[in-house]
Amino acid sequence: MKCLQMKWWYLLVLLVLLSAASLFIGVQTVSVQGLMAGNEDEWRTLTSSRVPRLLSIIMAGMGMAICGLIMQQLSRNRFVSPTTAGTMDSARFGILVAMIWFGGASPLLRTGVAFLFALIGTFIFMTILERVKFKDPIFIPLVGLMFGNIVGSVTTFFALKYDVVQNMSAWLQGDFSLIVNGQYELLYVSIPLILIAYIFAGRFTIAGMGEEFAVNLGLNYRTVVNLGITIVAAVTAVVILTVGTIPFLGLVVPNIVAIYLGDNLQKTLIHTALLGAVFVLVCDIFGRLIVFPYEVPIGLTVGVLGSFLFLYMLMRRKKYAF
Amino acid sequence: MVQVMNVTKKYDETPVVNDVSVTIKQGQITSFIGPNGAGKSTLLSMISRLIAKDAGEVRIGDKDITKTKSRELAKKLAILKQSNEMNARLTVRELISFGRFPYSQGRLNAEDWEHVDQAIDYMELWSMQDSYIHQLSGGQRQRAFIAMVIAQDTDYILLDEPLNNLDMKHSVQIMKVLRRLVKDMGKTVLLVIHDINFASCYSDDIVALKNGHIVAQGTTEEMMASEVLTDIYEMDMPICRINDQKICVYFT
Repeated sequence: MKCLQMKWWYLLVLLVLLSAASLFIGVQTVSVQGLMAGNEDEWRTLTSSRVPRLLSIIMAGMGMAICGLIMQQLSRNRFVSPTTAGTMDSARFGILVAMIWFGGASPLLRTGVAFLFALIGTFIFMTILERVKFKDPIFIPLVGLMFGNIVGSVTTFFALKYDVVQNMSAWLQGDFSLIVNGQYELLYVSIPLILIAYIFAGRFTIAGMGEEFAVNLGLNYRTVVNLGITIVAAVTAVVILTVGTIPFLGLVVPNIVAIYLGDNLQKTLIHTALLGAVFVLVCDIFGRLIVFPYEVPIGLTVGVLGSFLFLYMLMRRKKYAF
Repeated sequence: MVQVMNVTKKYDETPVVNDVSVTIKQGQITSFIGPNGAGKSTLLSMISRLIAKDAGEVRIGDKDITKTKSRELAKKLAILKQSNEMNARLTVRELISFGRFPYSQGRLNAEDWEHVDQAIDYMELWSMQDSYIHQLSGGQRQRAFIAMVIAQDTDYILLDEPLNNLDMKHSVQIMKVLRRLVKDMGKTVLLVIHDINFASCYSDDIVALKNGHIVAQGTTEEMMASEVLTDIYEMDMPICRINDQKICVYFT
């Protein structure tokens, strides 16, 4: 793997270039000349729509990629991510509960409930993981998907009963097109969480080597695992509430980074965050251009590209036993 | 000195280790032997606080392990279990650097890296320091893990079946390293080991467990006696002296 000496700032440069491009793509014309000339319409489009969209793409991409990385490390399984561990389904269940029983709940309360449910769901999955004796790498995420589907069907049941299916479907598919000022700021919560993840990267790596390995080094294993799960649940909750579900991102991005950089989180975390943002940004730009002037929601583009990459990795696994 | 006092561990009311007391001398290799299910690994895990004991006390030096912070203990004592499935993509050097975690909490300074380099030197791992551990052979991987323990720089080193799955050459290599650690650095080494002849050739003291009890303990010279071993293993254990080593010829 020596040949792939990818530097993190290559990714940073790529991210900056794509970000710049992203600001000028859309139905409303925004151009350098226009902005220079002080065209008010163009400035308004830029500040109220393009910039919020770009920021939310970057934060959601980084956040979800890091969530996947932390979960894969703590569960010691490369196929576990918020999508395959019931975290996302639990968060959606939480949103439903907030909508039905705390009618007209403030965004903050709604986030709180979604976070709490995501947390409980992920804990349940991790507990199942510890109990399961049969630790086949493919079997574990299947258990998580089953668990997620059970939570999902309970959600659907209540959504039907209380006639809120329409509202719920908004959180099923990730979509950046509705993001404007005042609707994405919740995502800023993910920034301190990503920083905490960075500070604890070394501890997550050691915890991922197993409980006995961690205890030998004097690491408080439970605390580190719980912290990791809390970060994952919180980031997942705010991303679902602002953008919606972005499937496969947490699964694909950390695995690509692991292929060229290994599993030391102190090294891989920055790459994973940057590649996560780049990945979503590429998919978003693609989705905006392919059916211009309409656009394909991000959940779909990431889903299609991500599932292909995921299949490729499954095949590759047979060859290289990763 | 490691002092184990009336230590007991039960799984579902069945005692696996039952009221065991033993004192392990400083600066020696002590081997724990005995049949499968005797409670050797469980005892080692309790001494190293990996599993909680149901009763009794363990003292490392003058410290009660239940009253000492795990992080402080990690600077005094290192435990290596039978290396389980290892699918983490980490280089040998990264793995060894984890040994400095108790001192650095993940942010290694120049002194920490010096310890890492010394450990690589000691285990002669320079040529493979950038290889991923999952790509190494069993013997190489075991050496990498022992290098990590050396970097951890503890007075006490506990190893649970370190020769598991190793061929003869690598087994001898590991045991020689352990002897050097005792001689050069004054470490105290505790081993769980199945091969009675490796225990005979390399340890100073031997402690024998059976059904959760200590059934015999003493110097290697005392323990490598036909009557003692026959009692422990319930089979014929004739001892021969070959090249000034006591070898048990139990194969037929």
